[in-house]
Amino acid sequence: MWPAVSAWAAPLNTCAECHEMLEGQTRGPAALFQVDVHSKRGLTCADCHGGDPAAQDPTLSMALEKGFVGRPARQDIPGFCARCHADPAFMRRFNPNLPTDQYAKYLTSQHGKANAAGDEDVAVCTSCHGVHGIRSAKDPLSPVYATNIPGTCAVCHTDADLMKRHGLPVNQHWDYAHSVHGQALLVAGDRGAPHCASCHGSHEASKPGAIAVGNVCAQCHSLSRDLFAASPHKMVHEALGLPECEVCHGNHAIQKTSDEMLGTGPESFCARCHEPGSKGFETAQAMRAAVEDLKARIQGAEESIQRAHHFGMDMEDAEYTLHEASSRLTQTRAYVHSFSIEKVKSVAGEGLAHADEARKAGEKAVEEVYFRRKGLWVTVALLGIFVLALIAKIRSMDKKGPTHSG
Amino acid sequence: MGSPMGARERLKSFFQARYNLGGLGELVTHKTVPVHGHSLWYYLGGTTLVLVAVQILSGLLLLLYYRPSVGEAHESVRLIMTKVEFGWLVRSVHAWAANMAILSAFIHMASAFFLKAYRPPRELTWVTGCLLFFLLMGFGFTGYLLPWNTLSFFATKVGTEIASSVPVIGKVLSTFLRGGADVGDATLSRFFWFHIAALPVCLFFLLGAHLMMVQLQGMSRPLSVRSERAMPFIPNFLLRDLAAWSVMLGIVLALSAYYPATVGEKADPFAPTPAGIEPEWYFLWMFQTLKFFPGHILGLEGELVAIVAMGLAGLVLILVPWLDRPAARGQAHWLAWLAGFLTVFYMIGMTVYAKWFIARH
Amino acid sequence: MRADRPGARGFFITRRSFCQSALNGSLLAILAAAFYPILRYLKPPPGVEAAQSSVVAAKIGDLKPNSAKIFRFGNRPGLLVHTLEGELKAYSAVCTHLNCTVQYDDASRSIWCACHNGRFDLKGQVISGPPPRPLENYEVNVRGEDVVVTKTG
Repeated sequence: MWPAVSAWAAPLNTCAECHEMLEGQTRGPAALFQVDVHSKRGLTCADCHGGDPAAQDPTLSMALEKGFVGRPARQDIPGFCARCHADPAFMRRFNPNLPTDQYAKYLTSQHGKANAAGDEDVAVCTSCHGVHGIRSAKDPLSPVYATNIPGTCAVCHTDADLMKRHGLPVNQHWDYAHSVHGQALLVAGDRGAPHCASCHGSHEASKPGAIAVGNVCAQCHSLSRDLFAASPHKMVHEALGLPECEVCHGNHAIQKTSDEMLGTGPESFCARCHEPGSKGFETAQAMRAAVEDLKARIQGAEESIQRAHHFGMDMEDAEYTLHEASSRLTQTRAYVHSFSIEKVKSVAGEGLAHADEARKAGEKAVEEVYFRRKGLWVTVALLGIFVLALIAKIRSMDKKGPTHSG
Repeated sequence: MGSPMGARERLKSFFQARYNLGGLGELVTHKTVPVHGHSLWYYLGGTTLVLVAVQILSGLLLLLYYRPSVGEAHESVRLIMTKVEFGWLVRSVHAWAANMAILSAFIHMASAFFLKAYRPPRELTWVTGCLLFFLLMGFGFTGYLLPWNTLSFFATKVGTEIASSVPVIGKVLSTFLRGGADVGDATLSRFFWFHIAALPVCLFFLLGAHLMMVQLQGMSRPLSVRSERAMPFIPNFLLRDLAAWSVMLGIVLALSAYYPATVGEKADPFAPTPAGIEPEWYFLWMFQTLKFFPGHILGLEGELVAIVAMGLAGLVLILVPWLDRPAARGQAHWLAWLAGFLTVFYMIGMTVYAKWFIARH
Repeated sequence: MRADRPGARGFFITRRSFCQSALNGSLLAILAAAFYPILRYLKPPPGVEAAQSSVVAAKIGDLKPNSAKIFRFGNRPGLLVHTLEGELKAYSAVCTHLNCTVQYDDASRSIWCACHNGRFDLKGQVISGPPPRPLENYEVNVRGEDVVVTKTG
């Protein structure tokens, strides 16, 4: 079977012995191959490149009869890797979890199709995974580790000359890196955030297609998508052949949403299509008003609680209610995607009730503070009367029996 | 109409027939209080006493709801402050009266020092007074931890850490205080035990002795006062005392209503020490002194030197009656006055500096 | 004004007896003012057994299998789930995405957030949707009739 010891150091690997002494392109990639996942699984040069590593004579060790393949042409690399990676029976011996459909998918991808057509520019396996230093995708140093993927794609997709030849833009990486998703993945390191392959696919990379974009977003933003699907917008977008989420939120440059996007203000997305006086325009205004109303009431409640805090009152109960109100605000913002003022208002209404309850709790606490102070002054007044009466008594006592000599 | 005097007389004779109250009555009624320009200072002992009484009463009330364990201490204090009716008042009074008691005791002590009240035959009154003052600080130190909030947790950590630099017994002392290697559940139980069991017993005996001595020997007359004027303790001085106590009570209540005690954030032993950790204000001058001490003095560890110096200072304070020999002969020596003045000046200065320093950084 | 006869307690009172009654009256009032809050303080607070880092989330039998309830834990909500298998589990009900309050979905036997359709399994792990982290798990103990939920760690 496969040699158990690291083959590069094994005495019978004549590939290494010779190629380490060569210069230039034929020099053996010893150091690089040390970290390679294939090397770690015990594979040697000959397992990919063929030939006989036991033979001392170069003509024998690299004889075609011994299955020597040598260096595959760039165009042939996918097929070269697929000899093993598309063979489930073979791959199971190393990693039963590793899919074996990458090659099949690759053939359907933009890269794969162009490669088959003889395009030398497009990505092959080694473009993304590297060569001789190939790491597992779970290795944070791998170029295809989640947080490294955007940079890996960008190697080609920000190359202006290369993209120009294919009529492709180069700004996607820039847009993505500054988007809410890019910030989450690249800055905050949240590996749950989507990268290029989350929408475009990896081996099967291609454009998602107008309608499919919504399905991609729905992987995470399922409620917004469900609400949208039940909304009047769904039909209109379909009829016009428009994408769904993308129309308002964009694609690579998706920004963190703000309430300004809703309504009919200068930043509003609604007003781009809905003209003043139309029903859509009114709904947009009403939805924005519902959000703003809830925001204002929550702020009022916050201030009320803050005031009570300032007086040293413990407001745990009110904070709990306020948390519920804020939760409803978040929910209201999601329900905007129903584009139904009734649905938005019913969620916002619950929030309003919570916010009012929290505000009242704050006001009650402040009233309690004033009550305490009133109580204090009554007591102080009583103490004052007592002290005055004492002074009067002391005086009369001193008058009657003045201090005597001890 | 049943005369109240009649009832009182009957009660008196009931007890008189069974117990000889004459001697006790004699002791109380014969005490007089000197009248002179410095008489004002005589009230401070009384106010300290009444504040201690307020502490005992409010402390007993707090015991009803307080639970001394890491899981429940902070929560039970929060319960007292929010759910229990007037719980905020009881706890705030306990916190404010504690501060006022320390302040009042400090002024009482300083006035006794400058008026040289420790002259023979009142040496032991001074010694018990000093010990009582240390005891009050002990109450403050142990009580500070009980709400188990971030500030008190870390202050206690630092405080007990300092104890570990005491020569020879440092490690043992720190382990004894903490009830283990670190500040935790055991420390809380222990501090609770100090606060409501060990220290109160000490307080009972020391305070009893202190009051008994004052009662037996009467108030000291300052050296500078030649007049022999005096007033009976009962009722003339007692009524004045009552007025002073009422004013003190009013101050404590007003502070409690306007600046109620806070609960703070529950202590998290695994959190990093937050910035601006400070002990109660009456420990600040010591805390600041420790900070100022250089790391090494004459080959010795600076902290060690500081702690030994402070221990010696405490000892000197207790031994003042025997150190101030001229006072025993009825002479006021300028050196005693200067030493006292510099000490008070240093303590106030350091406290103000520490407050200002910590507020700024 | 002086009363004609000693001991007369008529309409007119002496200055001295006025002082005395002011003294007695105010002393009584002060005592009352001190005892009133103390008596109120001694009254156990309603509905609160004890505030602690654990809380009685429900009574045993409150929850049918495959149902859940929201309970209050300090100033945040918690979720107590009685699973179909009869196990009691508790979580922080604060969604790790944008702090909405999550709920139990008995149809899919998972925990669901209404704000953005985030879904967690009954171990608190994220199944789908935007939540970046699992829900915080609490410890559940049954003490007599009470289901007690405790924050761990």
